[in-house]
Amino acid sequence: MAAATAVPAVPGTRQGPPPTPPARVVPLALAGLAVAVVAGGCAGLALHSLHAMIEHPAAWAQALIWLLAVAACLPVVPAVRALLAAPQRTRLVAAGDLPGARASAADGREHATVAMGYALSVLIGAALVWFVTANDGAISHTFLRWTFIDQAWSGVTKAFWVNIRVAVAAEVLVLVLGLVLAVMRQLPGRSGRPLRWLATLYVDMFRAIPSIIVLYLVGFGLSLAKVPVVKDLSPIWLAIFALTLTYSGYVAEVYRAGIDSIHPSQWAAARSLGLSYPMTLRTVIVPQAVRRIVPPLLNDFIGLQKDTALIGVMGVTDAFTQSRLVSSDVFNLSPVIVVAVLFVVITIPQARFVDRLIAREQGRRAGRTS
Amino acid sequence: MTFLQIRDVHKSYGDHEVLQGVSLDVARHEVVCLIGASGSGKSTLLRCINALEEISSGDILVDGDVVSGRGVDVNRLRRNVGMVFQSYNLFPHMSVLRNITLAPTRIGGVAKEAAEERALALLDRVGMRDKANAYPDALSGGQQQRVAIVRALATNPQVLLLDEITAALDPELVGDVLAIVRELAGDGLTMLLATHEMGFARECATQVCYLHEGRILERGSAEQIFEDPQEERTRQFLGRVLTGGRL
Ligand SMILES: Nc1ncnc2c1ncn2[C@@H]1O[C@H](COP(=O)(O)OP(=O)(O)OP(=O)(O)O)[C@@H](O)[C@H]1O
Ligand SMILES: [Mg+2]
Repeated sequence: MAAATAVPAVPGTRQGPPPTPPARVVPLALAGLAVAVVAGGCAGLALHSLHAMIEHPAAWAQALIWLLAVAACLPVVPAVRALLAAPQRTRLVAAGDLPGARASAADGREHATVAMGYALSVLIGAALVWFVTANDGAISHTFLRWTFIDQAWSGVTKAFWVNIRVAVAAEVLVLVLGLVLAVMRQLPGRSGRPLRWLATLYVDMFRAIPSIIVLYLVGFGLSLAKVPVVKDLSPIWLAIFALTLTYSGYVAEVYRAGIDSIHPSQWAAARSLGLSYPMTLRTVIVPQAVRRIVPPLLNDFIGLQKDTALIGVMGVTDAFTQSRLVSSDVFNLSPVIVVAVLFVVITIPQARFVDRLIAREQGRRAGRTS
Repeated sequence: MTFLQIRDVHKSYGDHEVLQGVSLDVARHEVVCLIGASGSGKSTLLRCINALEEISSGDILVDGDVVSGRGVDVNRLRRNVGMVFQSYNLFPHMSVLRNITLAPTRIGGVAKEAAEERALALLDRVGMRDKANAYPDALSGGQQQRVAIVRALATNPQVLLLDEITAALDPELVGDVLAIVRELAGDGLTMLLATHEMGFARECATQVCYLHEGRILERGSAEQIFEDPQEERTRQFLGRVLTGGRL
């Protein structure tokens, strides 16, 4: 059979390689043990520094620190199990039970790699704790002082509503303007050329200009130049306008990718039924494209939400501006941490929501095709 | 009387001339089968008739009216000339019923209820009434193709163009779809179909055209082409296809 597929060097002598015993486990297991021990030691040092920083920790805090210390040593367990698997492998090899030896060697290697993975995570955690507590807790005193957080909290959360309102209004406008731009970029034929060109220019420009510059120019330029209508807008509306300008460029590209991703046969089918170009776009192409673009669209929206922290440059008091006011009063950065946490709090649900949407879409497709 | 007339049609993609002067007359109630090797231009010809591709020169007439060239209302033409594709191309985000009623309601000016009633009647004919509210992804290939045929019929076209509509189907599903086409032929619908199903062509075609490299090399009744082909190339092609087990 082998002769049919490969020509042996000497006819009739070709053989498969002899079965080999599995590789030794001991080196990997020792490496795992070493990493686990080092990680445990580092964690001990870091927790000691934490203990020292808190000065007189309450009983529950003490208990927690001890618990963490024990947890940091846990990766030693799989490392030891890996070491225990090594002699078993040797025994089975000696007994000629190659499959058994391979299985126990594989077990040993898996325990060793598990030990390393967890030990590395412990190391990273220890580094973080050390960073926060080092220098007698200077870091945590600067960023995480509870009294200042408490003091800034109500003012900053109130100001955060401005960020949310600006973000939501800009997102609605961006959805519309982005679609208009994307459709303009797709217009067919000679008549569409100037509009295609303009839309491309717009997208290129506003994706290139940093949004803080657009905010600055819109915020001060438009009222300085006494542009009619616009000059009477409140700074909040100007902020919405500026963010819409920037982000509709991004979202236009998202829409365009979505429209491009619809197979040309869908165009052919719709047109062959007598649907016009705009009708095809509206009833067949865009509805299918929209489903696919939700995740990238949400990415851009998260970017937009974060950029609302920049609207302070045009004189709007948003959460970041507010937190900086408090911050410079107390000469401590803890109030700014409040803003950071607020942004995290609004972003995570959106990220999970997109995950759910994607999972549901995939589930529906799988359910339908099976 | 000639209903669909194709006069010396040329079509090029860049330097590649895919159709090199095709002429074809189709009378009402005729079923014309286009056969030929892959790449001979069958799909291109059908797409040109439906104005999905612009032709380079020549004329296409439907009912005595030139429908190719500039300034033609392609949307009106397409309501007269329906098309069914090899890959079904149903709209995946719409139910079967909506797929079918989209064109009549949006452009045919038919009321929603009337369009749905007619759609259900047509679905009934192809044995798919119970799937009216299903989505295309939940249907087998054969079922999807039957819906696609109904969708093309829903605008009441006078000619139906069918481009290898069974080529993507499992062999046991081909029969269902061909049975429908056979029934439509019996009703007197004018049809032009590109096909590799020689058995079907032999049985149903009133005219068979053998395309070779963008030209109609030979045409005649099914009997003439299959029993007594005149051209050497036609004989070779049929020999290849028939011994290939596709009868
Ligand atoms: N959009 C296009 N751009 C460039 N060349 C094309 C295009 N569409 C088709 N062609 C070429 O035109 C020729 C004819 O294609 P066509 O699809 O009409 O063949 P066909 O007879 O339908 O073949 P098949 O039986 O494989 O479907 C092929 O050589 C193909 O490469
Ligand atoms: Mg084809």
